Amino acid sequence: MSGTLENTVKDICRSHSNDRTRMMDIVREVQARFKCVSSEAMDVIAAAVGTHRVEVESVVSFYTYLSEKPKGKVVIRLCNDIIDKMHGVERVAQAFSDALGIKFGETTPDGTISLEYTPCIGLCDQAPAALINDVPVTDLHRSIARQIVADLKKHMDPKRLVHRLGDGNNAHELVQSMVVNNIRTEGPMVLSPVNRGEAIKQALAISPVEVIRAVKTARLRGRGGAGFPTGMKWEFTRAATGEEKYVICNADEGEPGTFKDRVILTERPDRVFAGMTIAGYAIGAKTGIVYLRGEYAYLRPYLEHVLERRRNDGLLGQNVGGKEGFNFDIVIQMGAGAYICGEETALISSCEGLRGDPKNRPPFPAQKGYLDCPTVVNNVETLCCVTKILERGPGAFNEYGSQGSAGTKLLSISGDCKLPGVYELPFGIKLSEVLKQAGAEDAIAVQVGGASGAMVAPNEFERTICFDDLATGGAIMVFGPERNVLEVADYFLDFFIEESCGYCTPCRVGNVLLKERLDRILAGHGEPADLDYLQDLGETIKTTSRCGLGQTSPNPVLTTLKNFRSAYEALVKERDDGLQPSFDLSEAVGDAEQIAGHKSVHAD
Amino acid sequence: MSNTITFMIDGVEIEGKPGQTIMQAADEAGIYIPRLCAFKGLSPYGACRVCTVMVNGRPQAACTQPVAPGTVVENDTERLQHLRGNIVEMMFVEGNHYCMFCEKSGNCELQAMAYRFGIAAPKYPYLFPERDVDASHPDILIDRNRCILCGRCIRASSDLDGKNVFQFVGRGKDKQIAVNAEARLADTDIDVTDQAVSSCPVGAILKKRVGYAVPIGERLYDHKPIGSDIEAARTAGS
Repeated sequence: MSGTLENTVKDICRSHSNDRTRMMDIVREVQARFKCVSSEAMDVIAAAVGTHRVEVESVVSFYTYLSEKPKGKVVIRLCNDIIDKMHGVERVAQAFSDALGIKFGETTPDGTISLEYTPCIGLCDQAPAALINDVPVTDLHRSIARQIVADLKKHMDPKRLVHRLGDGNNAHELVQSMVVNNIRTEGPMVLSPVNRGEAIKQALAISPVEVIRAVKTARLRGRGGAGFPTGMKWEFTRAATGEEKYVICNADEGEPGTFKDRVILTERPDRVFAGMTIAGYAIGAKTGIVYLRGEYAYLRPYLEHVLERRRNDGLLGQNVGGKEGFNFDIVIQMGAGAYICGEETALISSCEGLRGDPKNRPPFPAQKGYLDCPTVVNNVETLCCVTKILERGPGAFNEYGSQGSAGTKLLSISGDCKLPGVYELPFGIKLSEVLKQAGAEDAIAVQVGGASGAMVAPNEFERTICFDDLATGGAIMVFGPERNVLEVADYFLDFFIEESCGYCTPCRVGNVLLKERLDRILAGHGEPADLDYLQDLGETIKTTSRCGLGQTSPNPVLTTLKNFRSAYEALVKERDDGLQPSFDLSEAVGDAEQIAGHKSVHAD
Repeated sequence: MSNTITFMIDGVEIEGKPGQTIMQAADEAGIYIPRLCAFKGLSPYGACRVCTVMVNGRPQAACTQPVAPGTVVENDTERLQHLRGNIVEMMFVEGNHYCMFCEKSGNCELQAMAYRFGIAAPKYPYLFPERDVDASHPDILIDRNRCILCGRCIRASSDLDGKNVFQFVGRGKDKQIAVNAEARLADTDIDVTDQAVSSCPVGAILKKRVGYAVPIGERLYDHKPIGSDIEAARTAGS
């Protein structure tokens, strides 16, 4: 065993107290240092933290940013999300591939640059986009791709690829990114200017129970998509017994087409951290964890800086806000490329240093969450709403929105529209009005709620955005007249196949089978009975899967079957020769004909 | 009084104990809920989903869902049996299962489950994955072609054998069972008498040199369908 590797890995483990639950930090650091977590490194880590080697391998093999085989010094991760495809990512991909002389999934022979595809990186409004190590590059086209490769070959420094800076804090010295915010509507809640310290002051002036009551009175529901009442979640966690309690902010925004949390974290991080602090006060927690998706690593230095500033201002640390005995601090836990970690129990597994497998429920996180302690997991946007509720009172919050869906919602709009970006709009707004604002009036289909959401047809554009009608975690993907909705559904299946953790049978196998049949239909080999097959298979996956991923993964197929049935019907047909449409007689006898040296006599 | 939780399964009143799962209470009452990843003595896992039941109208895994007073559980309904059958078929096409020459035939829980559900051949297309065989160990064979990823060997090794021979690696369709060594089972501390070996419901972990020992007609599921032992308790009692 090489001594350097052993000593360096041991040092990394020691810097994380040889704590097995810090596995994500350990393997991320080893990966960054050696461009892989090798078999040797796994042995060293297992010995240092007191676990089994196969447990380390299990974690490393789960996350796409970690690898057992060495990657290049620079990894180019080109986003091939559906929106990027619509914006010509294939041409960009070809340019990267040609300039580097390698295919996707490969590393240059000198071991310097790796080229990969990645699902949504939260930049759909400036697609095509890529991450070069941690550095986002946006609005790509062929010549930029070629220039990036030429520059990298010269200096191998992704940071030097940033020739222009984005707006707002994207230009901050700790961010220095070309990403732009594209804030189109700055609403009265989440994106309104921050009055630092005010919400915490208001919260600490009343009791934790009164804080929870305020959140309940405001009728705040979780913004991640599921819409669970936030106050109730806090109440359960407060009531649960446990020596320690935790607040986790879910900043693993991974739903394709969603990027509003990126904008919040860039422009209003104080509001998020204040919300976490208030949650900590309400439930009796001392520690908050921000689970930040690996794709947003470029924001980490800035977020750490904001946390430090809050500590200096007495808004984090001992006796927060001058409140004797209220101690609360926040740490950032990085993810490593796994959509499933947006599911709250999978996120907790990941924070604990495990594979991002969802956990069995019950027990729910409110009873047994992070390290088996009562835990609240809230979305970035939900925590911003909390801050506003405490600042202005519940009445000022729920005067916006509808009865079942109080307040505003941040929408990430992308695709075939003139004004892609982030919109803060009141709940209850009609989809048609949203499309009008975004300049997308000629849409033929809109995917509301991202890959796991619903594909909505024009005859339903008068429906409203709210928990009781069109629920969404924030993604609105617009498809114009030249798009094929079945191809979109097919792409989403690719995504779910890639991102399924594989724990339960229906999600692991079912989505592969859905795609097989949809591909067959798209290739013109489908038959009418295939539509019932897709329906039955989709319902099986939806009903029997273990977590939200599998329970929603068939939605693109099921909602297109319902709302765009004619698109399917146009492709499936009975054959008049009585054979199955999927059977190609010429292809079936092709090999035999070649061997025999003459054509068979079958009629066609 | 407080030690009994009363609830309904398919219209029959069942008495469970606090902390029990629906499956455990049903077993005691002689009601069989089909399952593959659940195994007596191992912690509930909830992976195969064959034990899906409706609890107050919502789908839940009976192996992980605790009993609760007054709940209405549906188990033996046409709809649920159809969904469960679909899941069993998925397992058949996901791996490479050749019952006709598998040593486990007749004693295999997956095969027995298919017979119980009346599945002659899956409606789904075979995926024919490329999977490998590890014959490095002198007494034990791993054939990943026949693995259904139920995780029983993982739990048995850690919870019953006090070792950690197995764990999953990879994710999604590439997920597979790995051993606690660089590559080979021979390099682990597994023993042929470990419960991790005998817990495998299919022919993925096999003891060498004992295949086909039991003649056809005398194998575990040759005469009675899987689950009969549990149902026998009810027949006897009623």
